[in-house]
Amino acid sequence: MTTNNQNSTLNCNSSAHISRRNILKAAGLGCASWLTPLSTQLAFSAEKEQKKKRPKSVIMLWLQGAPSQFETFDPHAGTKYGGETKAIKTNLKGVEFSDNMPQSAEIMQDLTLLRGVLSKEGDHERAAYNMKTGYRPDPTLIHPSIGAIVCHELSATGLEIPRHVSILPGPWPGRGGFLGNGHDAFKMYDPKDPLPDLIRQVPEARFAQRRKDLNVLENSFLARRRSDLEKNKTIHLGTVDSAIKMMSSEQIKAFDISKTPKALLDDFGDTPFGRGCLCATQLIETGVRCVEITLTGWDSHVNNHEIQKGRTEILDPAFAALIKLLKEKDQYDDTIVICCGEFGRTPGTNPLGGRDHWPHGFSVALGGGGIRRGLVLGETDPDGSKVTAEDKDAYNVEDIHATIHHALGIDYTLEYNTPVGRPMAISHGKVIDKILDV
Amino acid sequence: MWFRNILFLGICGLLLSTVAASLLIPEMPLQVSGHNPVAFQQPEFRGIVEKIDAQFQTTWEDEKLEPAPIADDLQIARRLSLGLTGKIPSVEDIRLIEKQPESQRIQWWISKLFEDRRYADFVAERLARAYVGTENGPFLVYRGRRFKLWLSDQLYDNRPYDELVQDLIAERGIWTDEPAVNFITASMGKEEGENQPDPVKLAARVTRAFLGTRMDCVECHDDNLGGDLLQSDFHEMASFFRGTENSFTGITDNQKKDYNYKYLYAEEEVVVPSMVPFNKELLQEQGTERERLANWVTHPENRPFARAIVNRIWAIMTSRPLVEPVDSIPIDGTYEDGTFPPGLDLLADDFIEHDFDVQRLIRVIAETTAFQTDSQADHEITAAHEQHWAAFPVTRLRPEQVVGSVIQSASLQALDTDSHIIAKLMAFGQQQDFIKRYGDSGEDEFAIQGGTIPQRLLMMNGKLVKERTSNNPLFNAASRIAMFSPDDETAIETAFLATLTRRPTTEETAYFINRLENADESVSRTDQFEDIYWSLLNCTEFAWNH
Repeated sequence: MTTNNQNSTLNCNSSAHISRRNILKAAGLGCASWLTPLSTQLAFSAEKEQKKKRPKSVIMLWLQGAPSQFETFDPHAGTKYGGETKAIKTNLKGVEFSDNMPQSAEIMQDLTLLRGVLSKEGDHERAAYNMKTGYRPDPTLIHPSIGAIVCHELSATGLEIPRHVSILPGPWPGRGGFLGNGHDAFKMYDPKDPLPDLIRQVPEARFAQRRKDLNVLENSFLARRRSDLEKNKTIHLGTVDSAIKMMSSEQIKAFDISKTPKALLDDFGDTPFGRGCLCATQLIETGVRCVEITLTGWDSHVNNHEIQKGRTEILDPAFAALIKLLKEKDQYDDTIVICCGEFGRTPGTNPLGGRDHWPHGFSVALGGGGIRRGLVLGETDPDGSKVTAEDKDAYNVEDIHATIHHALGIDYTLEYNTPVGRPMAISHGKVIDKILDV
Repeated sequence: MWFRNILFLGICGLLLSTVAASLLIPEMPLQVSGHNPVAFQQPEFRGIVEKIDAQFQTTWEDEKLEPAPIADDLQIARRLSLGLTGKIPSVEDIRLIEKQPESQRIQWWISKLFEDRRYADFVAERLARAYVGTENGPFLVYRGRRFKLWLSDQLYDNRPYDELVQDLIAERGIWTDEPAVNFITASMGKEEGENQPDPVKLAARVTRAFLGTRMDCVECHDDNLGGDLLQSDFHEMASFFRGTENSFTGITDNQKKDYNYKYLYAEEEVVVPSMVPFNKELLQEQGTERERLANWVTHPENRPFARAIVNRIWAIMTSRPLVEPVDSIPIDGTYEDGTFPPGLDLLADDFIEHDFDVQRLIRVIAETTAFQTDSQADHEITAAHEQHWAAFPVTRLRPEQVVGSVIQSASLQALDTDSHIIAKLMAFGQQQDFIKRYGDSGEDEFAIQGGTIPQRLLMMNGKLVKERTSNNPLFNAASRIAMFSPDDETAIETAFLATLTRRPTTEETAYFINRLENADESVSRTDQFEDIYWSLLNCTEFAWNH
């Protein structure tokens, strides 16, 4: 690594230099070169063991409005339904992306791409719920989003900033659901602006007195109300405590991207979404368990081609730069990245040149720890037929959830006791074994 | 020399006594001209309330829930103020309410709120979210403020709701002269080529806002999730707007225009006729397409129309609809077969029978036991109590309710239309900034949400709370209470009334008096009250409806 590397300040991660693999490998080389293969194996095994112990995180690139698979990861250029998009080769032999995604095409070897994902929801709100929770909306309870479950199941000891963060939240950011509002995502906007209101307005002694007064009022309010009010509904005191802890924490630097070299910002596209992706790497490095970054504006019922092209110009550099940076910072093995929207878009275009909603076979890109790299599963029909559950490598939304939880080391069959008294498994899907990196 | 000194002292004394007098109770209760207490004792009014109460009572018995007792009057007045004006009552309001006979306080307070422009403005803002959304809309042809002002006028005049909605759907003209047409122009896009009303968006809005159902889920395909709605049902609704045009005379109807659509899997486009998806026998032949639709939507026998507004008004008043989500009410069914919750159909029937009178609907809801139950009790309150309205659900205040209440709490008098223009301008500027930071709840404002860390940070360290509580005897109640209250007990009581609309408990009074008596001498009395106010504004009780 050289000092003139544009990413040097972020690339220079001490763990990359002093990893057990390097030390054991160096020892092996230094002491007995003929033992190198064994020492390397031992080193890998030791590293794997170590990494297994490292808590994992999830980064979700949420494409609100539903991207078109044709204009992103699954072009059918030159066919009846392919539209104006051309296909380009990716760095994985035989796999093509839309020419809207040139930079992402260069990271295909680091991804698993599911091209035949099925959902039963065709309405934005319901489908967003389905994609984020792995369950269909149910009037009797609200399921927790994947981020909430990850925060609930994985330790975040020592973390003084929120464990679950939604950057540029859309209308339906990740929620705690029946796990409680305490697992809702912390909403923040463009990371170029500092987080506001972190400085208290009065000296410490007065602030301490204010908190004492506040406790008297809280005890009074909670006295005869529902016993789980603070725990399961208002989380008011919990939020006050978290806010106060955050005010004095060094970890809030993770939200600050102002010291990032311009070249690296440019790699991400220097858009709010790109900056959000960059910020996500700092957050998970600090211990945040789930970061969701939203890019809105994909709902192309009119002028599909122009709209999708405009959105991919923002998505493409950010997605590619995110994967590259995670790898450079040695975070990719401990992070699962998922890039998706509510559903796909119709093969046929409507009279306004738009593509409508299509939950019958669309693309979801996954990458990172525990997920195989350089794999494409499932396919959509160039003639526009629906993908069905019987088709080879067609998977349901809930299967993706089960797989992610499994890869994170979470027992997805674990049942929660819900407030309505019905046991509810973390996921009711099936693990997609083929995409697990075992 | 002495004369000038005496004159100076005299003027100072006069000023101080004027400020101090503002802490005192007004001598005469304000007369509310439209209030007729006898009307709310009549069997015709009491009858419907009792029927609704009986349905809730049956549910509570079936669910084996002991309801919470009735909340005290100030608590109910607070709910009404928050729901209908977006603010808590002022200390002045509280004094006036308490001067009314106990049995008349709630309906008197509603009468007073109806005469207050803040009611019409606030409810108009809530309804406008459902009618035109929260986006700015297309430039020039969409006048959001004009639209809300018109809507507010209709509510202030208590215009029958069916007539109001007929205007929204079928009005013609220029958006500035006929503000109702902004309902139509809001559907136009901002881009080139989108300069005409969009039948698809309008069909979605009409069904969600006025019928409480989500037909837009079948815009692209038939309902394949167990329902019987077809893609054609949605586009036949959209076809009612096929001739709605934007011309140099504003919104007009071109009766000759076709609506063409290519259905999913169809080979070719077809001409889609206009037709309604249910209660087809109520659709009349005469009138323009939009007038036919407007008459059908608002037809007294088209009960989804009444149910939709009942559910929405209930949600506005309590922060939680009877049926959730607020715009997803089943079309068919009854209370008896378990489709609808207690109260919904009875309120809808009463609303229709009384000529779609929104103010009566509000009065009836406010009088029900479900609305008046406390959120606390001596027995255990559970989530099931809240679910079935056996205890008033604790719900988070919307951002505009929080900011409105913070600003109101800084003044002991009501901040209404009679307030000074400087006070109103200050409030407006602070309100906009606060809502942006606190996070607007958008169209989906009845979704259950908890508080957030940024909200707590904003309330603890933000500019608004600092400006409205720090030392400023001219504008801030906290300073005035500190400086002019005759004793600590009165001061504490006034601070509680101004912020939490209740008196402190004995324990709270004792704690705060002791706290003031043993306060650090380096902290001034106005700063002590700034701190106490900070705690009152930052507690759960202030930030949640209960």
